[in-house]
Amino acid sequence: MATAEAASASEGHGSDGHGHDHDHGQFIAHHFTGPRQQYDSCKLGIWLFLVTEVLFFSGLFVAYTIYRYHHPEVFEEASKFLDTRLGALNTIVLLFSSLTMAWAVRAAQLEQRAVTTRSVLITIFCATVFLGVKAVEYSHKWGLGIFVAYFFKYDGAHHGDTNSYLTTLSIVPGICVVVCAALAGIGMATGKPLSGKFWGALALGLGGYFAGVGLGVGYEAVFASEGESHAEAGDHAAPAEHAEGDAHTEAEHEHESTEALVMDPSSDEARNLGLFFSIYYFMTGLHAFHIIAGVIALAWIMNRSIQGHFRADYFGPVDYVGLYWHLVDLIWIYLFPLLYLIG
Amino acid sequence: MGTATVDNRRLYGHAPENNYLKHTRGIASWMFTLDHKRIGVMYLVGVTVTFLLGGFFALVLRSELFTPNKMFLTEAQYNQAFTLHGAIMVFAFIIPAIPGSIGNFVLPVMLGAKDVAFPRLNLSSFYLWVIGTFFLLVAMIAGGLDTGWTFYTPYSIQTPTNVVAATFGAFILGFSSIFTGLNFIVTINTMRPPGMTWFKMPLFLWGMYSTSIIQVLATPVLGITLLLLIAEKLLGLGIFNPAQGGDPVLFQHFFWFYSHPAVYIMILPGMAIISEVISTHSHKKVFGYTFVALSSVAIALLSFLVWGHHMFTSGQSSISIVIFSALTFSVAIPSAVKVYNWLATMFRGEVVLTTPMCFALAFLFLFGIGGLTGLFLGTLSTDVHLHDTYFVVAHFHYVMMGSTAVAFFAGVFHWWPKMFGRMYNETMGRITCLIVFVGFNLAFLPQFVMGSRGMPRRYARYDEVFQIWHQLSTIGALVLGLGILLGIVVLVRSLFNGKRVSGNPWGASTLEWQTTSPPHFHNFEFDPYVGGLYDYKGVKYDESVEGYVPIIPPGVAAPGSAPVPQTAH
Repeated sequence: MATAEAASASEGHGSDGHGHDHDHGQFIAHHFTGPRQQYDSCKLGIWLFLVTEVLFFSGLFVAYTIYRYHHPEVFEEASKFLDTRLGALNTIVLLFSSLTMAWAVRAAQLEQRAVTTRSVLITIFCATVFLGVKAVEYSHKWGLGIFVAYFFKYDGAHHGDTNSYLTTLSIVPGICVVVCAALAGIGMATGKPLSGKFWGALALGLGGYFAGVGLGVGYEAVFASEGESHAEAGDHAAPAEHAEGDAHTEAEHEHESTEALVMDPSSDEARNLGLFFSIYYFMTGLHAFHIIAGVIALAWIMNRSIQGHFRADYFGPVDYVGLYWHLVDLIWIYLFPLLYLIG
Repeated sequence: MGTATVDNRRLYGHAPENNYLKHTRGIASWMFTLDHKRIGVMYLVGVTVTFLLGGFFALVLRSELFTPNKMFLTEAQYNQAFTLHGAIMVFAFIIPAIPGSIGNFVLPVMLGAKDVAFPRLNLSSFYLWVIGTFFLLVAMIAGGLDTGWTFYTPYSIQTPTNVVAATFGAFILGFSSIFTGLNFIVTINTMRPPGMTWFKMPLFLWGMYSTSIIQVLATPVLGITLLLLIAEKLLGLGIFNPAQGGDPVLFQHFFWFYSHPAVYIMILPGMAIISEVISTHSHKKVFGYTFVALSSVAIALLSFLVWGHHMFTSGQSSISIVIFSALTFSVAIPSAVKVYNWLATMFRGEVVLTTPMCFALAFLFLFGIGGLTGLFLGTLSTDVHLHDTYFVVAHFHYVMMGSTAVAFFAGVFHWWPKMFGRMYNETMGRITCLIVFVGFNLAFLPQFVMGSRGMPRRYARYDEVFQIWHQLSTIGALVLGLGILLGIVVLVRSLFNGKRVSGNPWGASTLEWQTTSPPHFHNFEFDPYVGGLYDYKGVKYDESVEGYVPIIPPGVAAPGSAPVPQTAH
């Protein structure tokens, strides 16, 4: 034990040229014999955690499989309500964020602190863009009355107020951005530049949400008017005249949905469609929850990177969060084709 | 031994002051401790409380069943009582009991390590346990719970009782369990001392490792199931609700995919304790060590393949029930391997009937009955008759209560001197064991009889022909309750007037006995010597310590004899 510590200590001296020797032991917990054992333990720990995550989602994939096996036609029909292009956009965004995450790990190993910080920031930005696009998709569906099974009231004709749903969803991200910006200002004003830098960067990262919303809304403005899929034409622009729960005059809006099903919300078909959307909302919602957890973890990493904690022999946390982030991506890689591309 | 520069009393003796209990003082030093030993002790206190609470409900149930007609519970109250008994016992007591208390305390010391790999995660496991249990209690007080501990849909969707709070509690307890398992796997993988290879690991560690594998792999599935059920209740998801086109049998599949492996989360730590206790108190190397070690892993893996046997009558296809039935029988093989090896370990050993050994013998008997009656339930034709009768109740109580809880008692009595440095009254300990054993059998043997004669489970009222069996069972339950209370009294009394013990009063060979009692704050003042596993000739009695000390072979530096960091005394 003693020799291992001595060896690691001398390693620390060798690789370090600017007098931060005391930093070295700072992040090695007392019960480990050295950085190597700590790294191995934490790496195994995060892999096991990822195993539990996979199993956590596996129940949902099983439920998906069973209901799709029972009602293949419902799944095909229901997936037409999902916008393939927005899904594809989000897939690209997440794949790109995985690249920047991997880049951050490499940069941390090479002690390129500015690159690490920037890469993590871009990853956070992509994560929130993803959430922004997702918010547009959700609010769009809620506007159509597409909810989970029990509340499912899509009838092919009515539109609720998509905008108010989107606004409601955007309140929390908005508050977060404002608070982060304020904290950045306070940090700068009180002579804590590192703190100011972190909160400023985080405000920027979280701002990605609004970029995502902008992308989604802009996309719908451009493409939805072409009558693509079941995206009801320009419904996000439609004012609140058809409030949610407004259950009359089916005929006057039928022309809008070129190939949309006009259905009775109490029919078996609507019930089964509702079941698909129960699965859809639960799976994507749980995934979005993991994205949010990932953003928090990434913010932690970014802060530590700004503080200059990471070194060639201590970059573990970046690596662990990176592994988690790749898993979150990977789950989306499965969700996208299973939910969007089956029609 | 002559080369040792640090005296044996300091290394292996009783440590009245320099120990983890007195290292720091005050409530906060316990609440925010990262020390696995203190977390273990907090778990021990916590699970004792939940055990007593669950036991209270059990006695309420049994008392109500003393007569065929109403005594003091309405049918609805009866449903709540058995649900809370089951939910509290399963989720808040028996799953965390052994890994949380004994596992936490013993596992790192057995590895010669200072702590588990992730001490903060360990503390958060404990607090998750507290929060999860709190939610179970919230469910109990606010609205009650009457679904049975299994939360079967669609009834759990329709019932007005507080299913959401209870399932949320179980969900949180699941995470507590996952984090404990994750911690133990990593600790055992990366923190073994030099010289301790996988097959030189004490069997307790093999048992805990297998348990942890199940905790990590199965519990997330329960987590998602309970989350779906909560979403079902709150949002109307419909996935398990036939009224919405959902499939209630899918819930049963998901539930048992966790809850059958969970049965092995309960029993494997018990088996792990029994392996240590029988070997130590027979002073003989475990017979067929490799087989006992691997049988734990085999049980862990097989546990994932048999969940369908809970649903033989739920409408599975006939081919799948045949497969599940066949796989169920295969679990008997590794279980039997263990029992044979324990018996063979005692054969020609120096068996000393200490309290833990008495409990271990009780375990062998009760586990024998519990395991063998499982075969009747795994057999398709007999299961159709026995399903949902008291036969099932008796079977799983023999396995959970009779085996796991009794093994837990064996473990507590075995490691108690190590934990607190005090020896309890052995005579009273043996009497406790006898009362528990008699009470338990009196409570549950009659249930096999009435179950096989058709008495269904979960009924508040019954036909008069079953009355004698119910009355025997109720008397047995009261005797069992008295026995358990006596055990607690015996242990608590020892804290005040028990004889002070040395580091190794039993002559045991594993590493946790090669430090003081109670252990040093860092477990070992000096890195211990890793000798032969279960080598009872590797320890000798030392008069000055009044206990056993390891024999350090010539040429090996004794702990503390190398450059001593601090001078002795």
